[in-house]
Amino acid sequence: MTARETVRFSLNGREVSALQGEPILEVARREGLQIPHLCHAPGLQPAGNCRACVVEIAGERTLAASCCRSATAGMQVRTDSERALKSQKLVLELLQSDMPEAEHTRHNEVDHWSAKLGVGKPRFAARTQPAQDLSHPAIAVNLDACIQCTRCLRACRDEQVNDVIGLAFRGEHAKIVFDMDDPMGASTCVACGECVQACPTGALMPARDAALAVPDRSVPSVCPYCGVGCQLTYHVKDDKILYVEGRDGPANQGRLCVKGRYGFDYAHHPQRLTKPLIRRQDAPPKSGDFVMDPDRVMEVFREASWDEALDFAAGRLREIRDTHGGKALAGFGSAKGSNEEAYLFQKLVRTGFGSNNVDHCTRLCHASSVVALLEGIGSGAVSNPVRDVLQAEVVIVIGANPTVNHPVAASFIKNAVRRGTKLVVMDPRRSDLSRHAHRVLQFRADTDVALLNALLHVIVTEGLVDQAFVDGRTVGYDELRANVAGYSPEAMAPVCGIDAGTLREVARLYATSRASMILWGMGVSQHVHGTDNARCLIALALLTGQIGRPGTGLHPLRGQNNVQGASDAGLIPMMLPDYQHVSRPEVRERFEQAWQLAPGTLAPEVGLTVVEVMHAIDRGEVRGMYIEGENPAMSDPDANHARAALAALEHLVVQDIFLTETAYLADVILPASAFPEKTGSFTNTDRLVQMGRQAVPPPGDARQDLWIIQQIGQRLGLPWRYGHVSEVFDEMRRTMPSIAGISWQRLEREHAVTYPCMHEGDAGQPVVFTETFPREGGKARFVPVDIIPAAERPDAEFPMVLITGRQLEHWHTGSMTRRAGVLDALEPDPTAQLHPLDLDALGVQPGGLLTLESRRGRVSLWARADEGTPRGAVFVAFAYYEAAINKLTHAALDPFAKIPEFKYCAVRARPGGEAPRPGSYGGGQVLGPGRH
Amino acid sequence: MNARTIAIVADDEHRRRRRALPKGRAVDPAALAEVQQLLGSASRARDQLIEHLHLLQDHFGHLSARHLAALARETGLSQAEVFEVASFYHHFDLVKEGESAPPGLTVRVCDGLACEMAGAQDLLARLPGLLGGGVRVVAAPCIGRCEQAPAAVVGQHPVAPASAETVAEAVRAGRRTHEPSGFIGLQAYRDGGGYALLQACLAGERRAEDVIAALEDSGLRGLGGAGFVTGRKWRIVRAEPAPRLLAVNIDEGEPGTFKDRVYLERDPHRFLEGVLIAAWAVGIVKVYVYLRDEYHGCRALLQAELAALRADPPWPGMPEIELRRGAGAYICGEESAMIESIEGKRGLPRLRPPYVAQVGLFGRPTLQHNFETLHWVRDIVERGSAWFASQGRHGRQGLRSFSVSGRVRRPGVKLAPAGITVRELIDEHCGGMAEGHRFYAYLPGGASGGILPAALGDIPLDFDTLQPYGCFIGSAGVIVLSDRDSAVGAARNLMRFFQHESCGQCTPCRNGTAKAAALVAQPRWDLELLADLSQVMRDASICGLGQAAPNPVDCVIRYFPEELR
Repeated sequence: MTARETVRFSLNGREVSALQGEPILEVARREGLQIPHLCHAPGLQPAGNCRACVVEIAGERTLAASCCRSATAGMQVRTDSERALKSQKLVLELLQSDMPEAEHTRHNEVDHWSAKLGVGKPRFAARTQPAQDLSHPAIAVNLDACIQCTRCLRACRDEQVNDVIGLAFRGEHAKIVFDMDDPMGASTCVACGECVQACPTGALMPARDAALAVPDRSVPSVCPYCGVGCQLTYHVKDDKILYVEGRDGPANQGRLCVKGRYGFDYAHHPQRLTKPLIRRQDAPPKSGDFVMDPDRVMEVFREASWDEALDFAAGRLREIRDTHGGKALAGFGSAKGSNEEAYLFQKLVRTGFGSNNVDHCTRLCHASSVVALLEGIGSGAVSNPVRDVLQAEVVIVIGANPTVNHPVAASFIKNAVRRGTKLVVMDPRRSDLSRHAHRVLQFRADTDVALLNALLHVIVTEGLVDQAFVDGRTVGYDELRANVAGYSPEAMAPVCGIDAGTLREVARLYATSRASMILWGMGVSQHVHGTDNARCLIALALLTGQIGRPGTGLHPLRGQNNVQGASDAGLIPMMLPDYQHVSRPEVRERFEQAWQLAPGTLAPEVGLTVVEVMHAIDRGEVRGMYIEGENPAMSDPDANHARAALAALEHLVVQDIFLTETAYLADVILPASAFPEKTGSFTNTDRLVQMGRQAVPPPGDARQDLWIIQQIGQRLGLPWRYGHVSEVFDEMRRTMPSIAGISWQRLEREHAVTYPCMHEGDAGQPVVFTETFPREGGKARFVPVDIIPAAERPDAEFPMVLITGRQLEHWHTGSMTRRAGVLDALEPDPTAQLHPLDLDALGVQPGGLLTLESRRGRVSLWARADEGTPRGAVFVAFAYYEAAINKLTHAALDPFAKIPEFKYCAVRARPGGEAPRPGSYGGGQVLGPGRH
Repeated sequence: MNARTIAIVADDEHRRRRRALPKGRAVDPAALAEVQQLLGSASRARDQLIEHLHLLQDHFGHLSARHLAALARETGLSQAEVFEVASFYHHFDLVKEGESAPPGLTVRVCDGLACEMAGAQDLLARLPGLLGGGVRVVAAPCIGRCEQAPAAVVGQHPVAPASAETVAEAVRAGRRTHEPSGFIGLQAYRDGGGYALLQACLAGERRAEDVIAALEDSGLRGLGGAGFVTGRKWRIVRAEPAPRLLAVNIDEGEPGTFKDRVYLERDPHRFLEGVLIAAWAVGIVKVYVYLRDEYHGCRALLQAELAALRADPPWPGMPEIELRRGAGAYICGEESAMIESIEGKRGLPRLRPPYVAQVGLFGRPTLQHNFETLHWVRDIVERGSAWFASQGRHGRQGLRSFSVSGRVRRPGVKLAPAGITVRELIDEHCGGMAEGHRFYAYLPGGASGGILPAALGDIPLDFDTLQPYGCFIGSAGVIVLSDRDSAVGAARNLMRFFQHESCGQCTPCRNGTAKAAALVAQPRWDLELLADLSQVMRDASICGLGQAAPNPVDCVIRYFPEELR
């Protein structure tokens, strides 16, 4: 940034200075002058339409809007002249005359300024007031309070780029509309709530007057859902969260999505587990084939004291360990938990169980990306933060649907497009982001390598290689060049379904731009060739030198809020904290010293991964498990098999906040804390370590997870005496060089610090690999790959492709979001998305019943016509227990990363079936006192 | 267990919708195919949106939600972006699901001041009964045929002067379009020496600097109403970085103004030569001509003559001239609102600075001109600046084209010396007052230029001469009122017009015009409140519409107090 010049001008007779281009309103504010303003809001483009902020500039015929006008040298400005004040007051009076009798908000800015300027009862007759629109479960639309300031429109259009809100009609009929003046609930609104946060008068408000109550306290924290890591504020009254607002964090700049803003009340759901539970002696035998109801938990479990439950939980684990050895136990931690919980959990498995059988859901999301990144560039984390898209000239989004899964990240991508960045979307499904794309490559599912090798081919053969970068910073180029020779766009076009001309154009665009960035998601990683897919993306960046600078690089969009941190903390079977491999003796020695263990205590063998554990249970090798906050009975592929495996365990300890499908198979359930009930650090997709703070106490006898893990550890014989969570973090700092510079006090103070942060005072490095790669010789490595087809291709019997994933309103297995009232009401039922023409061919009406079947299972659900789904494919989200789609998915694994192929298996569809029946939660039902 | 207090129900309709479809209105494949066929190979760029809407409106007689959704998909816009534009312009009939489409034929009856004085309300009262249910009769703001008041339009066919009978006859006879005739076509224009000046310029026989100097010396000022010195404007834009654009304003919407239409219908190439000379002198890469939708005949004429010009260009490689069609919005005569409209958006005036000369159409430096200003370029350069500058009366310089309507014997466009008084104009150019009418008052500059009493009928009419009286000449639309009219009645008509035409962007104008219209409709006026309202509208509105809207009311209070007693 070049320093802006300053100008001197006269403000209310006083000489002041301002930056060139700085609005007079801002200068006045700095000088302690208050000018009324309504349409102006920080972060929004200036509009200058309310005219409440008009000021008098000497020599000008009319008054000027101080929010839009900047001063020039020598200008004489009066904010308080009789003429300026008269207009300021009359603007307020005109608006007041059309305000409703009853307030919709506690913070009406028209009232605020009217009171300040002494504007009394308006003298003008009121307009005819429009009716309220209560069609949306989250947001009440009260246009009787609307002043047409367009703050909501700008929030929706300029900031979130959802483009749902418009200002329609004209003159006094000018009206804020959703889509085509549709009820908000019937519109394309994604309920990010940015408009509500922007509205100055309560015309857009949280539904059911949620924000009229006065909170007792407001707690700064972060969002518990995806990896974007939006900072937010919990507004709390009587130990209940009333509502949530976005906070100005580095990753979100005040923005939130529907889950972050409205998905908080799961924590207060009546089905929260509040007492330790032990499986009843007379409970039905465990079986993978079950139908469960969290409301009838007491038929299978009985309440126990914490001492009894912990003794029982740990005692049986210890017995198995002592009888069968540490490898007979396994632990799944959680990417929903804090860094400190992840760290302590893996330490418990490694030092208490005595094996490396510890993993978590990273295995199911980006394991292949991480393997490829570690292999190719020596680090599994992102090279550049999401917001670097604003500095990129070209952005490729492949195998990701960020408007659904990382909505706030998507908003920055859309902002970049508005500023001129060219977006290329590559995905078999045509997502909402496609509307903003320069090119959309809707390639055939499973042909990622063909597509990407063709791009590499063009770069190599058309002289687009950044030779200096390749020579100086990489190894293995010759092998790559030889390998891609056979993958010309012309040869690959019939394979991937994208014409050669487009492939060439996109390759050139990416290679020759000033700065190109690649972001990807699980469409890349969840294949048997997931690692290969990622290797191709890495090769693209290395070949063209599009890494190591702002606006470039590789960004696997992380799924869970703390999947980055959990992996960093060593919650994976092959690595100790900070990606230090268990097989290396010097690494084990270092940790044995740090953890005050006898030499040789830490196991040198790599442990079992998530899906491998299930197979090991089949073989009788794993007999006992401790699962904290994960739900493999829903989230694992071939869920029937996973459930049978879990049922076969001799001892299963589950620590969770609800009776999940996994908990149902437990021998003992430890009631734990929801996100807002504990304090800890969380690491987002950008390598940003952020502070999550406790806002409310856990309900009943539920306890914080860190306490529970420690109790289990002590009962396994570990000498743990951690007091505050910060003590765990301090130990992490000592063993993890990447975060050595981050102190708990700094996190408390700054809320967020980026790593690598090697020493105190280090600002942290958002962009890495600027000079070298953390591999041998400092050089990155090309890994050439060839086409491996999906493990299960469609055939005559199962002719369609099943793609699974998530949807905007629901998180993973639905245990949280289907218990969040707004989210559940917005998306109550399981649906299968098919192309309308496929539905037509099947003879199924949109909204009709459909049964899907694979070689492994069957579900029935509602058929949704979706043009974005490719022909011959069906997409289903895995959030619905009444239509658990992972019963159908295939457990085939990527050979390198052991990630299952969630994105591809063969199914068949037929009309009809038994309607999916929601049980005691989810399904958009009212949970009223009358139900029991 | 916690209390069961979660009570958000997914209602059945919402649930059914969510099962069947993604969020919002799904695109109907049949509607999409229709839209694609209608658009053909036309550009899908955002700035073409209003043109696309016209295609749909003309073809289907209305804009259905399914077609708008399909258009949004086809052009990559959101449904809100399409809808907010479509709903801004009054010539688009929006029909949502479950609503019935308007009748196939619409008769618009002008209720501008001149037409209202000539009996528009009577037409509006009688025509629906006479024409029956298959025809929609609506009041329309001034359609620019004030000299033939009262005026009506059947479909796109003007009937003026109109009586209930002549309108009914046009409906019966199936007259729906307007094919102009009797104008000077390309060949005739060339035969009369047309385009020779342009070619001389191109051949280097004249220097751009000299042409600009001639315009400066002539004193020619912008004839759209703002009166900026033309040569100076060319000089400013010419100094801006390329690419530079030219936007021509033929959105002649100021009630009482019709000079642009009359000249265009008579001699279109004189204007086009002015356009090309400006483009040459200023270094323009592309020209946009924005024509108000009401001028259907002019559109047909310009389309044909532009095609003829492209087929036989006087300037090989001349800049592209793109004709754009307004859609029923007075505000788009405001220069920055017009630019927004050309960009395919709602016609909301921009805040200035920056000025359009620096940041105009598509963010580029833009030369913006009224039709008539360019119409005079050839004559001034050919005849010399002294010819133009030597005209004038009462100490004023140049010629003005007055659109005279109302109670005079011979209304019409009157080319007269600048500085002429209204009495002289009536007597020398209009054959005096109409039979049986006595001069009572006049509007010197259309709806927004204020109202003056006959007692002030000897003020020279020109830029800058009327400001002391709280009035301005603007586009020189002079409406003459007689003893059978009242200033209060005129003010009510005009304030209704401003209320109808306010774009709605800023509070003083959006709320102010509505509140003012309600206040002046009262039998007794609240003078204190009107004065306050006038002040905030004048001082704090974004553009000239809101700033000038109080003029007629303020003039009534100042000059016609007896009418308020």
